[in-house]
Amino acid sequence: MKSAYQKILVLLLLMPVTALAEWGLNMTPGVTPISKEIYDLHMIVLWVVTVIGILVFGVMFWSIFHHRKSKGAKAAKFSHSTTVEILWTIIPTAIIISLAVPATGLLIRMDDTSEAKITIKATGIQWKWKYDYLDEGITIYSSLDANSQEVAQLNSGLSPMDHENYLLDVDEPLVVPVNTKLRLLTTAEDVIHAWWIPELGWKRDAIPGFINDNWAVIEEPGTYRGNCTEICGKGHGYMPIVVKAVSMEEYEAWVDDKKALKLAALESQNKTLTMDESMAEGEKVYKKQCLMCHQANGQGVPGAFPGLAGSVIATKSENTLEHLYRIIYGKNLMPKFGDQLSDLEIAAVTTYERNAWGNDTGDLIQPKEVAEARKNQTK
Amino acid sequence: MGTIAKDTHHDHEHKPTGLKRWFFSTNHKDIGTLYLIFALTMFFVGGAMAMVIRAELFQPGLQFVDPQFYNSMVTIHALVMIFGAVMPAGVGLANWMIPLMIGAPDMALPRMNNMSFWILPFAFALLLSTIFMQGGGPAGGWTMYPPLVLQTGDAFPFLIFAVHLLGISSIMGAINIIATVFNMRAPEMSLMQMPLFVWTWVITSFLLIASIPVLAGAVTMLLTDKYFATSFFSAAGGGDPVLFQHIFWFFGHPEVYILALPAFGIVSSIIPTFSRKPLFGYASMVYATASIAILSFFVWAHHMFTVGLPIKGELFFMYATMLIAVPTGVKVFNWMATMWKGSMTFETPMLFAVGFVILFTIGGFSGLMLGITPVDFQYHDTYFVVAHFHYVLLTGAVFALMAAVYYWLPKWTGHMYDERLGKIHFWLSTITANILFFPQHFLGLAGMPRRIPDYNIQFADFNMMSSIGGFAYGVTQLLFVYIVIKCALGGKKAKAVSWEGAKGLEWTVPSPAPFHTFETPPKIKKGMLENG
Repeated sequence: MKSAYQKILVLLLLMPVTALAEWGLNMTPGVTPISKEIYDLHMIVLWVVTVIGILVFGVMFWSIFHHRKSKGAKAAKFSHSTTVEILWTIIPTAIIISLAVPATGLLIRMDDTSEAKITIKATGIQWKWKYDYLDEGITIYSSLDANSQEVAQLNSGLSPMDHENYLLDVDEPLVVPVNTKLRLLTTAEDVIHAWWIPELGWKRDAIPGFINDNWAVIEEPGTYRGNCTEICGKGHGYMPIVVKAVSMEEYEAWVDDKKALKLAALESQNKTLTMDESMAEGEKVYKKQCLMCHQANGQGVPGAFPGLAGSVIATKSENTLEHLYRIIYGKNLMPKFGDQLSDLEIAAVTTYERNAWGNDTGDLIQPKEVAEARKNQTK
Repeated sequence: MGTIAKDTHHDHEHKPTGLKRWFFSTNHKDIGTLYLIFALTMFFVGGAMAMVIRAELFQPGLQFVDPQFYNSMVTIHALVMIFGAVMPAGVGLANWMIPLMIGAPDMALPRMNNMSFWILPFAFALLLSTIFMQGGGPAGGWTMYPPLVLQTGDAFPFLIFAVHLLGISSIMGAINIIATVFNMRAPEMSLMQMPLFVWTWVITSFLLIASIPVLAGAVTMLLTDKYFATSFFSAAGGGDPVLFQHIFWFFGHPEVYILALPAFGIVSSIIPTFSRKPLFGYASMVYATASIAILSFFVWAHHMFTVGLPIKGELFFMYATMLIAVPTGVKVFNWMATMWKGSMTFETPMLFAVGFVILFTIGGFSGLMLGITPVDFQYHDTYFVVAHFHYVLLTGAVFALMAAVYYWLPKWTGHMYDERLGKIHFWLSTITANILFFPQHFLGLAGMPRRIPDYNIQFADFNMMSSIGGFAYGVTQLLFVYIVIKCALGGKKAKAVSWEGAKGLEWTVPSPAPFHTFETPPKIKKGMLENG
């Protein structure tokens, strides 16, 4: 009996140790100097509490086995001992102070965001991330990849098991150079989100009206994945964060590409779309941006997100402009997409919504009309 | 002990009958019973929601519920378990046991006692009805952080008023306990002779009175932000979303101890009984409880380490949080020393009490880890936190409540419960609760955030394990209901002193305790009390 109990106890106490050694389920040491320090501190605390646990539970179990009535134990009468009580107040205090000292130093180092080379602002939006490279003037939007979106639908019938990066992949990762001090600002447009990459060692809330600053120096090239970690509504589980750390040369080439793409997007405003082109492009945009709330069949979620199939806005021709306004500027829970989508994309998705799911209005919206709509509202 | 029953001047018990007995009750025992039955019901309602959560998380992919509904389950599960199960169970025990433990005939304010109970079913009717409303129930987490909570649909005002009602009920309960303990103790019982359960409830009551109005203020500001165009928490209107978190956790952290302190009290009654030895360090237990309560008002921002506090703030809250480990440690050491060189037996209440000490301590260890700010940046809002607070609340507070029910059931019903089934219930609960929550530590460390309906495949194995533990734990609790009902209906007659080593005034009245007890204050003899 005794040995069985003790075996269970030993197993229970060793569980975290074996798990972290063999199954790789401990905290990641990460890829920045700070994340490694955090990992070390985590391991110290874990060992401290494990040792305390073994001692305290050891004494308790020894007592449980030996001071039993069934073993003829007679109860002692003592009910206090000042010496012991002082001792077990002082020792824990000393342990705590010895943990607080390294924690304080680490926290102070983490707080110093000075002399960063590159500043990027991450803005949480329901349910995607917007990254502004403040030094380069480029902006990218990063949302859940199409593959995960498809699999993640309720009863999609598709197995996530085939997708290694299920819910941890995005269409546009944040690209950053290695061995460079990055300053990452976090904020939000609508509700509170939180930006977390475990390999960087920290998470930080993204709060509307606040800008928090953090820093990281990534030492190893690679792709690092995390999630939004503050509940932010229906899509909270579906706004991953992916950071791609590359060499400085690759980073600079990527920046040049992005700048060129920005120019190309400006030019696409002058394009005239055919119905087929519009429907194809519109469906792509819809799946990426609109499907989460308005659903694949355009029915929405009653009481929360209005349906588009057969809706007054999406079918009546006199509401075409209002339809565009809602997409560009948002309304109530509907976020504004004007900053994120190009004129061509907005035109295409509007056309798509006015013709899909039996809406069949035949309306074909051109990028020029979107440009007009943008102007109108500012007037 | 039968002589005491004859000493009372009643030949019969003047007990109203039928519905009137329960609806208009001013009797502390009946109201205690109502509270306990209500808490058990809510434990199953909240538990059913937990089953929905664990079913959806059983494997990756979305199989059963929509993410919005999932979020509302997460939110309402927490509110129901905290305000509907654990708190009312604690108040129910206080109602039943405090007058018996201090030799009072009833609670000091019996009509208010009735009202503070009967508010609860209405409050929960409001809250639970939201699940069926357009737009669904509240889904922003029980912490109700704006701006997200302001996106709630028709459910919003129901949520706010339910919280208001729950708060009113709690405050009335707290006032009643304080009034009873300070005015109605047996004249010979000094404060430092009171059983520790009474002490922990007095301290808890002060926490309630100090913290609940703060919550009421915070949710009222949410209400005006939503409907009356104020901007307390809206950055666009010059307000501050983080302000809500400060106010909420100024309530929320003491709330944690509102749930935990009565559990400390229960365990401090049970361990000496089954060790047949007085509680070790009674005075230091009282002081440790009081210091924990006071410190609990200075640590709220450790729930907010990631909001971007200034570094001095983070350091202050880190030190204050770590400091709480000291009085908590003192309590654990005292329980250990009480057992040391005792003459122990392990009936179900003792098993649950020892289970509490060990598993609550594991929750305390992860709590210490979470208190260290730089490391918390990794743990925060992951399953590590979920594991932590379920260790302190489920295998902590709920285990202690179970222990209390087994301990005092003989006094309430006059029958002994089925010991064999009780032990089975304990072992199944302990094993399944650990299968349920221990793997969640690993999930959190490996990077799984909390409050998500779906996850990457790397988390699949431990989630499945956790879900299996969850279902098994849920089913096991049906056994508890069976044991309690069986005991209420019959069983071996319980003696007045139902446990060999039991001390205290509650054991001087017959089992079951008559409808009216201590109509004249009891005389306290040497060795009669847990302490003194």
